[in-house]
Amino acid sequence: MSNVFELKCQNGIAQTDLDALRAGDAVELTGQVISVRDASAARLVAAVREGQPLPISLENQILYAVGPSPPKPGQIIGSAGPTTTSRMARFLPSLFTAGVRAIIGKGELHGEEAAPFLSHGVVYFGAIGGLGALLAKQISSTRIVAYDDLGPEALHALQIFAFPVVVIIDRHGGNFHETARSKWRKTR
Amino acid sequence: MVDRRDGPSGPPSGVREIDVSVLRDTVARLIVEANFNIPADILQALRDAVDREESPLGRRTLEQLVRNYEVAAAERRPVCQDSGVAVVILEIGQDVHWTGGSMQEAVYAGVREGTRAGYLRWSVTGDPTRMLKISGEETPAVIHVDLVPGSDVRILFASKGFGAENMSALKMFVPADGVPAITQFVLDTVDRAGANACPPIIVGVGIGGTFESAALLAKKAVLRPLDVRNARADVRQLEVELLERVNELGIGPQGFGGRVTALGVNIEVYPTHIAGLPVAVNLGCHSTRRISTTL
Repeated sequence: MSNVFELKCQNGIAQTDLDALRAGDAVELTGQVISVRDASAARLVAAVREGQPLPISLENQILYAVGPSPPKPGQIIGSAGPTTTSRMARFLPSLFTAGVRAIIGKGELHGEEAAPFLSHGVVYFGAIGGLGALLAKQISSTRIVAYDDLGPEALHALQIFAFPVVVIIDRHGGNFHETARSKWRKTR
Repeated sequence: MVDRRDGPSGPPSGVREIDVSVLRDTVARLIVEANFNIPADILQALRDAVDREESPLGRRTLEQLVRNYEVAAAERRPVCQDSGVAVVILEIGQDVHWTGGSMQEAVYAGVREGTRAGYLRWSVTGDPTRMLKISGEETPAVIHVDLVPGSDVRILFASKGFGAENMSALKMFVPADGVPAITQFVLDTVDRAGANACPPIIVGVGIGGTFESAALLAKKAVLRPLDVRNARADVRQLEVELLERVNELGIGPQGFGGRVTALGVNIEVYPTHIAGLPVAVNLGCHSTRRISTTL
């Protein structure tokens, strides 16, 4: 396995950092990400399309597809692993237009669902699904930005540190789920 | 036949009365334990898989999963934020008589109390069409009841996450399609699911019955412990072959590539119509949370 890249994303993520990434790279992210899920993505996109002001600027931001469980007393956040990105695929082009530069999620994106990543220069990071208890330990603060009526789907600003992800879709046409599978597949 | 209207206050002999509050409290305990503790057979299978996995990133992913389950158990945190839909499979002895209220409402109340007590996510919506604006603490469960001889109540409780559930499939084949079609359908379903189902997965296959019973067979199969094999030798052999074929797909842990795509393939069969061959494939993520107990 190759090295682990440590990237900062406190004030968005730098174009040069994104350019350097290749599908399959292991990355640790430190900085701010904005949570997104089915219901909040739909609401954000409705605001974008209607020309309404957004509750938080998405310029150069990283979105994290997550609906955390509630914190126990004394905890910052409950379990907080990624959810399936493809459920929100139809919303992504509008969010990319609004300035989003990377998505953290889990699962496959191919064909029409993957194409907007390349055309907008957006990177898709995969976090490990079902790692919610461990990933919660890489989140140091959380703040509800908007849509608190959506409960676990509310828009949160999350501070993350050394948050482990793998580059799935890079800016150079690489799709790790596709190449990894064909590398390890046995054909009869 | 005992006429209870004029009879004594106790149950007829041979009938066991169980107050539904016992069921409610048991369900409340099971949902919390299921969400904090991965079943021992799955944890062991993940540990074993670390040694078998040849892909370095796949091996590191498996190690992280094992660590996640150790931390969740030690700190009593949900293993995954998706606490899923509560699936409650009840084998109720036919000599049991429920008292004190509605059995179904007791299950719902148990799920509600456990979800609150365990700080689990409210993962269920009351209206699948979303035409009604329902939000908040919804806890209807999916309940299946089998009536069996005796006076015990066996509860199999599962918190079924939807990453894998969404990738499940059912198809009505014809008899001439046979085992080759079953094999291809299982492989296609797992391949299409890829990383979405959170591999390494458990593959539950239901063969036979009718449209709806094939799906329930698949659910029971995916919830069967990994160290319990089908009683039929030929079906057991098919389980082994399908697991081997699934693990040749190359998807690997979390879709990062590798040899360990599934931890097990469990098959359940049931007689069907001479014109039919229903096949359902229910996928379970590596975090297939299940727990059982007997009242």
